[in-house]
Amino acid sequence: MNKTHEELLKTSVTRLEEIAISDPRTKERSSWDCVLLSRQQGRPGAATYIDLICDEFMELHGDRTYGDDPAMIGGIGTIGGRAITFIGNRKGMNLRENIERNYGMSNPEGYRKALRLAKQAEKFGRPVVCFIDTPGAFPGLGAEERGIGEAIARNLKEFSTLKVPVLSFIIGEGGSGGALGIGVGDKLYMLENAVYSVITPEGFASILLRDPSRAQEAAEAMKMTARDLKRFNIIHDIIPEVPEGAHKDPLFTANAIKETILKDLDVLCAKPAANLVRYRIRKIRGIGEFEGSEAWWTTLMEVFKLTVDLR
Amino acid sequence: MHKAENCPACHRQVSDDVLKKYQMVCPECGFHHRLDAAQRIEQIADAGSFKEFSAELCSKNPIELDGYAEKLRQNQKQSSMNEAVVTGICTIEGLEAVLAVMSFDFMGGSMGSVVGEKITQAMFQGALSDSPVIIFTASGGARMQEGIFSLMQMAKTASAAALLEQTGVPLFIVLTHPTTGGVTASFAMLGDVIIAEPGALIGFAGPRVIEGTIGQKLPEGFQKAEFQLKKGFVDAIVPRDKLRTQLSFLMRTHAGVKHEQNA
Repeated sequence: MNKTHEELLKTSVTRLEEIAISDPRTKERSSWDCVLLSRQQGRPGAATYIDLICDEFMELHGDRTYGDDPAMIGGIGTIGGRAITFIGNRKGMNLRENIERNYGMSNPEGYRKALRLAKQAEKFGRPVVCFIDTPGAFPGLGAEERGIGEAIARNLKEFSTLKVPVLSFIIGEGGSGGALGIGVGDKLYMLENAVYSVITPEGFASILLRDPSRAQEAAEAMKMTARDLKRFNIIHDIIPEVPEGAHKDPLFTANAIKETILKDLDVLCAKPAANLVRYRIRKIRGIGEFEGSEAWWTTLMEVFKLTVDLR
Repeated sequence: MHKAENCPACHRQVSDDVLKKYQMVCPECGFHHRLDAAQRIEQIADAGSFKEFSAELCSKNPIELDGYAEKLRQNQKQSSMNEAVVTGICTIEGLEAVLAVMSFDFMGGSMGSVVGEKITQAMFQGALSDSPVIIFTASGGARMQEGIFSLMQMAKTASAAALLEQTGVPLFIVLTHPTTGGVTASFAMLGDVIIAEPGALIGFAGPRVIEGTIGQKLPEGFQKAEFQLKKGFVDAIVPRDKLRTQLSFLMRTHAGVKHEQNA
């Protein structure tokens, strides 16, 4: 760790203490404060929410190809008799757990486990709920050897045409392709203090601003908060946390998530699979800002007609 | 002009004319020099057959980032391209194909809204005209300057590939040096057949990022085309002088699926 990182870390800890005693209702929280809160150790993760939301939950392990990735949790849960497949990035709640779970950074087998469980859900008509909370996919030697790029790509493709409802919640850090790898679905929500971005603010600062210590500035420039992404129409809605942050009252946020899941599934589960997938693809296909846009709508309808499942 | 340059691989002097004659491959050591989109199209498409589409698409500044508009203009001027990918329809040995060629020279071939849109439109054009889609990749990944919009292009192009697959029209990917990040983790890995040029760097995380993670130098050849072949992530490594014939072979052997399916 170099000096700028140490300094950044020190000021971050001080800042988190300040956030804890300040009253955030008095002013809008900065992007950098959200970055700090989203990463804060002890912030509830996928496992906590699954535990608080489900009546029963059974974890299912392994990708059936190489291994089981402890940085990705998956399994079947029930809410009031309704069966749902849950998938989530999994960080640890302390240092020991974080080392065990690789700080929530998955290897290819994590994404392949997620896909296996999603296809299993599709087969048995269960909706899928994903909890996103990762700095990114793991940039390691083994991850590359076992095709982390291919694993994420395949998930993007398969989730976009999965024939059951898919809801995604960004509960903490939504880091780049590693987050998107379990983030393609019908609905996308963000917790109030969660962030979602194409690269970490530190990465953005060191590459584009040529100075890693300018991460705070980068966080603002990147527009990565729930408010920003709601304004861009990338997410459907913001899930509230208590003023101090989700770690102060996990049940409050869990209840809000649960309510959203039940409300959405009532609507989405009633739709024919083809409608669901067509609508999902239409939404994804429309994302992008450029000049000279053509009427892509008719083209998309024509392409749907050429398929067997979506015509 | 008889300018001569040293080959970056074998350091021998090779004149521009000789290099051009050998499709920008060093005749001494086989090193594949990087091509821009125009050079690639000239080498792959039948002479005069390429008709560009979606050329008018132009990037905006969706997250209002300081300096991005200038950076775009500067790249457009230097490269005489509008964006990091050129798409169109052409024939290859007489067979019709939709061709998309990325150019690393334009902002590192990064994928923003326009690249994502053009790749998507190319795939849909292939579906509608029942022509195989061939994409030459060259990219450093997502275009960070477009923030979340660039990340979403991964989902967009991957879902387009999912749709294309359902229409039965083949997607052929040619990975060229370098192909990394968000392009690798989306459409580049979704071809029915994935070809790589010799020596091309292909991976998700860049070598320096991985070295930072593991705290040591990467082994020789890590993430190169030959490594990816060995690990099972590409179907074949095809040198440049064989690309046209191999692509036309693939087009011939993948024809007819669609009509049978919809009959």
